[in-house]
Amino acid sequence: MTKKLDNTTRYERLRERYMNGDIDRRGFLGLIGAAGLAYGVQTPFAKYAHAAVDQVRFDGWGGVVSEAFRQYAFEPYTAESGIAVVDGTFGGGDEYLSRVKAGQPGEYNIAHLSGVFDYARYHGLGLSSELNEANIPNLQFVIPKLIEVFRGVSGGALSCVPYDYGTTGLAYNRKYISDERMQEMGANILLDESLKGKIAGWSDWRTRMWYASLQTDQDPNGATDVEACWDAVRTHRDLSLKYWGSGAELMSLLAEEEVYVTEGWSGRIYALQEQGHDIGYMDPPNGFGWQECLFVIKGSPMEPCEELLNFMLAPETSIAVAEGQNYPPALDPTKVDLGAKIPTLPAFDPTGTLEGLTFADPVYWNGHEAEWAKMFGRVQKGY
Amino acid sequence: MSVEAREARQPWILLSPALIAVVLLLIVPLLFIVVYSFWLRTATGADQVGFFLDNWQEALSDVFYRDILFGTLRVAAITTLVCGLMGYPAAFFIARSRGNRAILLLMLMLPFWISYIIRTMSWINILGVSGAFNSFLMAVGVIDEPIQMLYNQTTVILGLVHFLLPFMILNIYVSLDGIDTNLEDAANSLGATRWQSFLQVTLPLSLPGLAAGGLLCFVLGAGTYITPLVLGGPRDAMFANLVFEAIITQLNWPLGSALSLMLLVVLGALVLIYNRYLGMAQLMKGLG
Repeated sequence: MTKKLDNTTRYERLRERYMNGDIDRRGFLGLIGAAGLAYGVQTPFAKYAHAAVDQVRFDGWGGVVSEAFRQYAFEPYTAESGIAVVDGTFGGGDEYLSRVKAGQPGEYNIAHLSGVFDYARYHGLGLSSELNEANIPNLQFVIPKLIEVFRGVSGGALSCVPYDYGTTGLAYNRKYISDERMQEMGANILLDESLKGKIAGWSDWRTRMWYASLQTDQDPNGATDVEACWDAVRTHRDLSLKYWGSGAELMSLLAEEEVYVTEGWSGRIYALQEQGHDIGYMDPPNGFGWQECLFVIKGSPMEPCEELLNFMLAPETSIAVAEGQNYPPALDPTKVDLGAKIPTLPAFDPTGTLEGLTFADPVYWNGHEAEWAKMFGRVQKGY
Repeated sequence: MSVEAREARQPWILLSPALIAVVLLLIVPLLFIVVYSFWLRTATGADQVGFFLDNWQEALSDVFYRDILFGTLRVAAITTLVCGLMGYPAAFFIARSRGNRAILLLMLMLPFWISYIIRTMSWINILGVSGAFNSFLMAVGVIDEPIQMLYNQTTVILGLVHFLLPFMILNIYVSLDGIDTNLEDAANSLGATRWQSFLQVTLPLSLPGLAAGGLLCFVLGAGTYITPLVLGGPRDAMFANLVFEAIITQLNWPLGSALSLMLLVVLGALVLIYNRYLGMAQLMKGLG
């Protein structure tokens, strides 16, 4: 029977050969150096080859959203399963996609993606996995409409579970803009010259074009006069103090009264209101609704990921996270009692049908993604 | 092996770790970027491998990129000028101070202990509508309503000066520190006033330090993207922001590669011109 040669034995034998004079000093040091180099090169990649999974990486939007995930989902999950959750953040789906593209398969596991268009994009780039739904029994509590949209994109299989939904509506400082004026102006408040220098907007081309469609009385999922939309984007740019790039920046601009009106994410604005700021929030007709999902990226350890998703979809976890991040959960309110706070959150639909929200059509938006993202980059800078 | 051959090999052996690092961490990634710049981005965001000149054609012929590049060079030049004007007196003071020079140098290095992003964002708390400066002006009755000071090109330049000034001061200080003060005394003993001895002796001798600091400030300033992102308004983007957007927002790595190489060539040409006329030795002293 042959004994398996471990590294310690190898080094001992090498040292013995050196001490016996079978190998000179230069050769000995050279071999030690080569062994060190080989170890250094393989170490970063070794974790992907190891079968036992002791951690799962999760990337989300940071801020109050990540705090809620950490407190109500990751820490209890780790305590129960022994699997650590590495908690990363990103500023947007585009930025995250770049990181995934540059990373190694298996390096990124679960992402808190926004919108069906993101799901379709990731699927189109071959980054989707196939969940074993039998391992996620809590999927039964999710609003069926939210699940079916994802199934439609990925041919019946799921690479994600829906998790929450919200809107990108109009946030305004009540000290300077009344509720009545907001109702009267709607999305056009962002083009009001009297507020020049006190307007902001998200530096996201989709949001800009969505609101430009509303400002030009067009269907946000099928604008026909695109030039009119770009003109509206330019007008908004000229009146704006700044484009914000993260939820934290959005909250800072409103809280510090640098701006009086901007679009905003419903949960973040609710958080500002909870902090005592007199910030109003309004979804104009055809306001931007979105659903977020927990997307498992191809190459991830599926069973631990499915276990985490199931844990996160458990009503008690999902409700706690929703109350922490201020976005309604994807749980069907006709099947699950969502408690007292969630029905008060912006965008909440007690019927579970979500008929009142307008979601982005992934075919329309992804079909224009290359052209409009580039165009907005130019318009943003004064062109 | 002969002694001569061993001696000839020794510098290469000693240099090899640094050379390997430069090749692996700089040359190889740069080659990747060069290769990428000839690929194409497809409609789905995936890359199409091949040899296409489309990105280069767009980067070189589109007036949009040219304008932003010139704007970036202009902001970098203004920043460098302000750093030079503010940095020279500070460096002169440090170089001529006797007992507290070490403390002054330590104070100069202190900002480097704080993240560049945090330092940049600190201006929001200083110049913001409800920031320290506006609050002070309102408290003493100079203004009734806060002034909008943030998110324009001036605050971008301010942020860059805040970031780059220590580099300028250090380079000028190194140059001034190497000047024999007896030269000034000799000029004074020959009838020159202190101002004349400064203008005709000290300043010319310290110009290499000023030039080295200027080069560093210009190159670092022209390549920045955080400062315009945090302190700039919608129209204050710099060239590095275009690279960031092409790669991150548009997932167009091939175009982003072409743009980053374009900036690299422009700044590289500047470094070559500097090296041709002033040499890199002064810059190394300043960095050291």
